[in-house]
Amino acid sequence: MSRKNLRLFIPILSILSALVVSSLIIFMAGRDPVLIFQKMFLATFGSPYGTGQVLFRMTTLVFVALAVALPFHVRLFNIGAEGQLQMGAFAAAITGAILPAWMPSITAISLCVTAAMAAGAFWALLAGVLKVRFGVNEVIATIMLNFIAQGITGYLLTWHFALPSTVHTAPIIDATTIPALYTVTGWFANSPANLSTFLAAGVALLFQVILFQSRFGYEMRAAGLQPEAARYGGINAGMHTLTAMGLGGAAAGLGAANIVLGYKHYYEAGMSGGIGFTGIAVALLAGAHPLWILLSALFFGVLEYGGLTVNAYIPKDIFMIIEALTILLIIAFSALGRRLEHE
Amino acid sequence: MGVAVRLIGISKKFGSFSANSNISLSVEEGTIHALVGENGAGKSTLTKIIYGIHQPTSGEMIIQGKGIRFTSPRDAINAGIGMVHQHFMLIPELTVTENIILGNEQSKLFQHISLKKCKALILKNTEAYGLALDPDALAGSLSIGEQQRVEILKLLFRHATIMIFDEPTAVLSPSETERLFATLRSLRDKGKTIILITHKLDEVLAVADTVSVMRRGEIVGTIPASSATKPELARMMVGRSLLLRVNNPSPSPGETILSINKLGFRTKRGVEKVHDLSLNIRAGEIYGIAGVEGNGQSELLQALWGLAPEGSMISGNALLKGDSLIGKKPAEIARLGVSHIPENRLRHAVIPDFTVSENLLFGRHRENSFHQGIGFNNRIVDHYAAAMIADYAIRCSSPNRQPISTLSGGNQQKVVLARELNRPKISLLLLAQPTRGVDIGAIETIHQKIIETRTSGIAILLLSSELEEIIALSTRIGCLYKGSIRYEFSQEEVEFKRNSEHEFQKEIGMYIT
Repeated sequence: MSRKNLRLFIPILSILSALVVSSLIIFMAGRDPVLIFQKMFLATFGSPYGTGQVLFRMTTLVFVALAVALPFHVRLFNIGAEGQLQMGAFAAAITGAILPAWMPSITAISLCVTAAMAAGAFWALLAGVLKVRFGVNEVIATIMLNFIAQGITGYLLTWHFALPSTVHTAPIIDATTIPALYTVTGWFANSPANLSTFLAAGVALLFQVILFQSRFGYEMRAAGLQPEAARYGGINAGMHTLTAMGLGGAAAGLGAANIVLGYKHYYEAGMSGGIGFTGIAVALLAGAHPLWILLSALFFGVLEYGGLTVNAYIPKDIFMIIEALTILLIIAFSALGRRLEHE
Repeated sequence: MGVAVRLIGISKKFGSFSANSNISLSVEEGTIHALVGENGAGKSTLTKIIYGIHQPTSGEMIIQGKGIRFTSPRDAINAGIGMVHQHFMLIPELTVTENIILGNEQSKLFQHISLKKCKALILKNTEAYGLALDPDALAGSLSIGEQQRVEILKLLFRHATIMIFDEPTAVLSPSETERLFATLRSLRDKGKTIILITHKLDEVLAVADTVSVMRRGEIVGTIPASSATKPELARMMVGRSLLLRVNNPSPSPGETILSINKLGFRTKRGVEKVHDLSLNIRAGEIYGIAGVEGNGQSELLQALWGLAPEGSMISGNALLKGDSLIGKKPAEIARLGVSHIPENRLRHAVIPDFTVSENLLFGRHRENSFHQGIGFNNRIVDHYAAAMIADYAIRCSSPNRQPISTLSGGNQQKVVLARELNRPKISLLLLAQPTRGVDIGAIETIHQKIIETRTSGIAILLLSSELEEIIALSTRIGCLYKGSIRYEFSQEEVEFKRNSEHEFQKEIGMYIT
């Protein structure tokens, strides 16, 4: 099998194997897998509302997966999309709440989105600086920064910003809400899907172009593949580490904007729900290719929301198993594929 | 004396490609038998057959008088065959003793390993063969030469009588090479049979008893080393009389391009690597630096290409037509018209996973002529790649898809050369080890291109561990010893002495040791 076919084949094989294994698990839990998957399909793509829910989750997943994918090309494993998303969400919610009510919508949204991106980028850059300046392993740094982000947002929320007897901040002003797709087009019933979805597709395309069409991406990939040679070629590898982390963190911030400005309209404790970690899975399934991430995020979006809808029949945990299993299988099959390629 | 390895009509096919065809060969017991040939001539395949990694498509193999078919290296090891690979297979966290007994612990699982007994055995071998080593040292703390000795001890520990060495000197310094040769001779004198794979002809003549030359999967001749000459071997390898000496017309150098004044280089730890080094290179001449590795070559290049490690101290200056190179970054230095071909190709000169085209752009991707919008103009890049591939006879099938790592060493180097020699407006080329790990056929092309570049008026600083190469290419030669130029041969001297190369080598040898 040629190299290219193999690369396409591995994710598909992984997904199929994961589905087979999950069917077995569902079966063992005493349910009919076919029935469950049927119900899932009806609840997602079977209704406009369900489709909208999937799109909403997919949008966040695209952003956090991009946050993982870009640094991945510079050989950095960003485990911190979760923390970057939390910081971004908090920044967006606070900015949205303190803006004056007379502000035009376009300015207000831009300000909030910028705040979210800046917060996410800043949080990711901390890990980048630690790496470039002190050689701290980025995996450890980003994991630790996740805890710190949780601590900071938790503290600020409970002690300073939470409305009395709630666990969320004051709502953002109306001008800063990103319009729902329903209000603009009438599609997807009252689902949380909003205009951010288009932004997600645009950013994925932008990242694809940056990585594979631009000179900047050429340098970035060179620095990732062979840092020492990059130095000889006059490429500043440290700078590329920082930009990759910064752009990644900014993408995670956009994921936060989707949730806060597009749906919740305030910051709430535990609102990210570990979606930043799912982003790692999305990026890995797509082989860190921005355009494939759109597809991979759709798949995980279906699992995330579909899992919720069949919660009455089987525990949602089963779908966590499917997600994790897919990733394990991808990693295992990719390793196998590489060995086949070498032989 | 008997025959240790006899091959009769061995062939090996990979699909439709014949890597070895109808090879018959006898390796006498207690001799050093060299196997030479260009990259891709089939040397590695043949040794892998002897070592049981590959199984022959047809043919017979007789080891010490017994007809044998190996199904794995384990069989070969049991039959007394051992191999020292080019890349060592040691575990850095284990001691020398632990590494040697690994896989042959002489005890059952969960049974106590008698390290003491093993150590005694190893010490006996180190003394018998002059392989001085501390058996308790960690493998990771050893020099390359010492690591190789561990690999040899491993074979001795397993009672191998036939030892295969795959390009053993590729990673060694000249002094370590000498030492390895002494070891090989003592192994032979104690009755071991040695098969030596190499493409360095000097080594063959220095150490081997018999030489077999391979070309395109066949053995083209087996002759005693005592009656072999280098030109003859080279001719057998490439099938035509190869000019090991490139035609080097006398140049008439122009203005001074690079002038290095009292350059000093002190490492972070305070070790002085370059000391009071001064030289001038004029347009249209090649200034060759002869010297044993480790006398400041790497540091000189690092200083000139702006890559001195953090904390190192550079004194003196290096001026390119009046502009100082010291303290600038590689991209700025390149912009001044300097091109650099570093010593270590795979680590510093190419991105192995990038395609041939992408590598042809590497380092030159900042040139406006390749640009379009935020990316590259694919039409211009393709055109440029096609021109370079044709001009330098780079053998590759699809430059836009094939990673450079799939090319042979010679073709990779041609890519690097094509890229660096054709930089627009270059006035100085820093050229290190232009033919390291390159097969003879490619060496000829590379040498010709270097001379052409010089003739076009570019100043070249040439560093090479091959003295022959320095003599054949250089206009002037500086002898580097302990970080400074100890003696400089003028253009007249070089041109005159080149005619009696052997004497010249000896004379240079005196100045660099």
